[in-house]
Amino acid sequence: MTKPLKHIHLAAHFPGVNNTTVWSDPKAGSHIEFSSFVHFARTAERAKFDFLFLAEGLRLREQGGKIYDLDVVGRPDTFTVLAALAAVTDRLGLTGTINSTFNEPYEVARQFASLDHLSGGRSAWNVVTSWDAFTGENFRRGGFLPQEERYSRAKEFLATANELFDSWHGDEILADQATGTFLRDAKAGAFVHQGKHFDIHGRFNVPRSPQGRPVVFQAGDSEEGREFAASSADAIFSRHATLEAGQAFYADVKGRLAKYGRGHDQLLILPAATFVLGDTDAEAEDLAREVRRQQVSGATAIKHLEFVWNRDLSAYDPDGPLPDIDPNVSEEHISRGRAQVRMYRDPLATAREWRELAAANNWSIRDLVIHTGNRHTFVGSPSTVAKTINEFVQADASDGFILVPHITPGGLDPFADQVVPLLQEQGVFRTDYEGTTLRDHLGLAHPDTGVLRERAAS
Amino acid sequence: MSSTSPSHLHLALALDGTGWHPASWREPVARPRDLFTARYWADLITEAEEGLLDFVTIEDGLGPQSSHFLDPDERTDQVRGRLDAVLIASRVAPLTRHIGLVPTVVATHTEPFHISKAIATLDYVSTGRAGLRVLITARPNEAAHFGRRTIPRIEAYDSPDAQELVTDLFDEAADHVEAVRRLWDSWEDDAEIRDVATGRFIDRDKLHYIDFEGKYFDVKGPSITPRPPQGQPVVTALAHQTVPYRLVARQADVGYVTPHDADQARAIVAEIRAEQTAAGRAEEPLHVFGDLVVFLDDEPGEAAARRERLDALAGYPYAGDARLFTGTPAQLADLLQEFQPAGLTGFRLRPAVLGHDVPQITRGLVPELQRRGAFRSAYEADTLRGLLGLARPANRYSPRLSASLEPGGTPIA
Repeated sequence: MTKPLKHIHLAAHFPGVNNTTVWSDPKAGSHIEFSSFVHFARTAERAKFDFLFLAEGLRLREQGGKIYDLDVVGRPDTFTVLAALAAVTDRLGLTGTINSTFNEPYEVARQFASLDHLSGGRSAWNVVTSWDAFTGENFRRGGFLPQEERYSRAKEFLATANELFDSWHGDEILADQATGTFLRDAKAGAFVHQGKHFDIHGRFNVPRSPQGRPVVFQAGDSEEGREFAASSADAIFSRHATLEAGQAFYADVKGRLAKYGRGHDQLLILPAATFVLGDTDAEAEDLAREVRRQQVSGATAIKHLEFVWNRDLSAYDPDGPLPDIDPNVSEEHISRGRAQVRMYRDPLATAREWRELAAANNWSIRDLVIHTGNRHTFVGSPSTVAKTINEFVQADASDGFILVPHITPGGLDPFADQVVPLLQEQGVFRTDYEGTTLRDHLGLAHPDTGVLRERAAS
Repeated sequence: MSSTSPSHLHLALALDGTGWHPASWREPVARPRDLFTARYWADLITEAEEGLLDFVTIEDGLGPQSSHFLDPDERTDQVRGRLDAVLIASRVAPLTRHIGLVPTVVATHTEPFHISKAIATLDYVSTGRAGLRVLITARPNEAAHFGRRTIPRIEAYDSPDAQELVTDLFDEAADHVEAVRRLWDSWEDDAEIRDVATGRFIDRDKLHYIDFEGKYFDVKGPSITPRPPQGQPVVTALAHQTVPYRLVARQADVGYVTPHDADQARAIVAEIRAEQTAAGRAEEPLHVFGDLVVFLDDEPGEAAARRERLDALAGYPYAGDARLFTGTPAQLADLLQEFQPAGLTGFRLRPAVLGHDVPQITRGLVPELQRRGAFRSAYEADTLRGLLGLARPANRYSPRLSASLEPGGTPIA
């Protein structure tokens, strides 16, 4: 008996502040003007994507004590853009990264519950953590958080937000104009939370939203991150480039669900991926090479190397060999506000590995950075890309992909026009939305039914 | 600058739940079951835009509504629960084109960095129509929702302890707004250069650390969001006494006050102008709007009867901080024109029942004022600052401005 085909989930990440965004392309538009977000969201919705995704940053990145100026700099506020996009789309899920370190549960919960109401049940929260004092300089709590506490705070933050979401059950608002009873329950929204990170109590002031709770995403690949996702998230972003690595990650994370009493389908694995399309595979390969050279200028390559070397390398020629000096392994880092820095946990080993790689291939600094980019990229004709995506999903390397085009905001259009119809023909991607909420699109249960049942039984 | 005639007054609408009367939700037109939908807010705000109003404010708070002055209540006979006002404004922005959107933000427990980028983004999604109404909270129960600090319980606003607490909270709010304003300016308007030749997306010399240091918090900056279309979105605040008048004088573009007659209006305006001079902002435009709760009906006496009927439903006579007006749109126009010479440049009307009184304002009061030559006949600007006759401010960090500044002085140019 053959296994039934899995349905692919697709989402679109609005390209922002990273070196995959080719802002120098004449087709590149604004990354701030709302019209760009409207174009991007409408393309995603036209293609029947599950959701749109927005990243967040709370301090501009710096290198060598100066604001980093080679990539796109600046972005709008996540909640505000998502709420506005709810006005120009009907079904598309609206996912935003919101940091759990520099926010408070009461405020974030009321923002997500509000967004869920205002979008008719389409909100999702990518819970991230931060611990650095650099970002904390923009916030009241100032907040250096010991690194080992970041997941414990994130878990408690999410648990507290869930208590707030669940403090309204969904049946409190009677609004009976004849009898004058607005609320069925005088204590609607009452909550008490006492924990290590939060000790709060009172009344939550947003009634239960269409999805009950927003869909929860988690990003991060560490052991703690995987456990956090398995225990608490509805979906996980990953960045595993090869089929084998993807399958290993998929099996590992899905394997952790049972101990939390969760089923295999209650956590979706959605890696980020970029794509380059051409009329033929060869044309796409040429184009991809061109895009990589646009993404990685000589200056960008040197700056990228500085993430690992942790020293000023501006004297080096990007078209020359890698530096023969060793990385500076001190704690104080030349590059700040960069997630990438944490990827290189053993800079000496990375430097050694890169030198060997460059020597074996006769690569310059710039060649090396171009080739070691960690993004998963689909390159080929539309039929090749559709076929590859489907193979990854059917082989359990993922449940779908979050696509990151390299052009803002029109970069998603060719995928919507050329690849999506092929996936639809294969019967592995929806031709229309089956439901109205993001939980419907992702095949996730609505948590409110259980809560209401409990309440009815009590 | 605005082309509004000086005899024109400005009109704003204060939106809260189903209206300002606690029994308003029981009126047949009130739609209380729609309060938590986007459609409800979109319908009201597009109606206000049809009436050419300058802007709407949207009430908010970090706890449930209450009939008590500081504590929560457990009433089940009034509207409880609300959506985040910034998100309502943002949700409605793409559905409107001209009207200003001014959500309430609570300065007491929120982060200036988050508020700054949220309102800057509201300015982007509305292409220049954003503002904010800054509010403090002295409610201990709202502090307990955050758990970061304890707000001492006060018994009445006029005790010395209460005055000290309130002064502190307003000073913090002034710092909050100052940090927000600096963050809006932390990018110069032409900071994004996209210089392909040098590979630089921005000119980093046009981004600025704000280095705000205050009693309650420090903020480094710059913002993550580039300077918004208006440069500085419009800052507004409601004020009833000297301490909040000082916040208006120091930080606001529009202050809302609650005079009960023209003489009182004149005295309040004088006090605010004196505080403005003391704050070194005498030359800067600052609107002072009168706040009024309004019941409007076409037939004389009908509005007063409606008020009595709603008071009976509520179980007590509704009275708030602001003067309560009952009458016809023409009578209200008379009152506004009587108050205006006291120095008020506009009014913020708080409809008693939104579903009833908003259309009375847009279809009754507005045409009446237009007939009298006292209100615009078309939107004359695309931005909220433009509607209010406020110029787009220069950036405080721009070298051109600082070059024209004597130390501690005012701009020469």
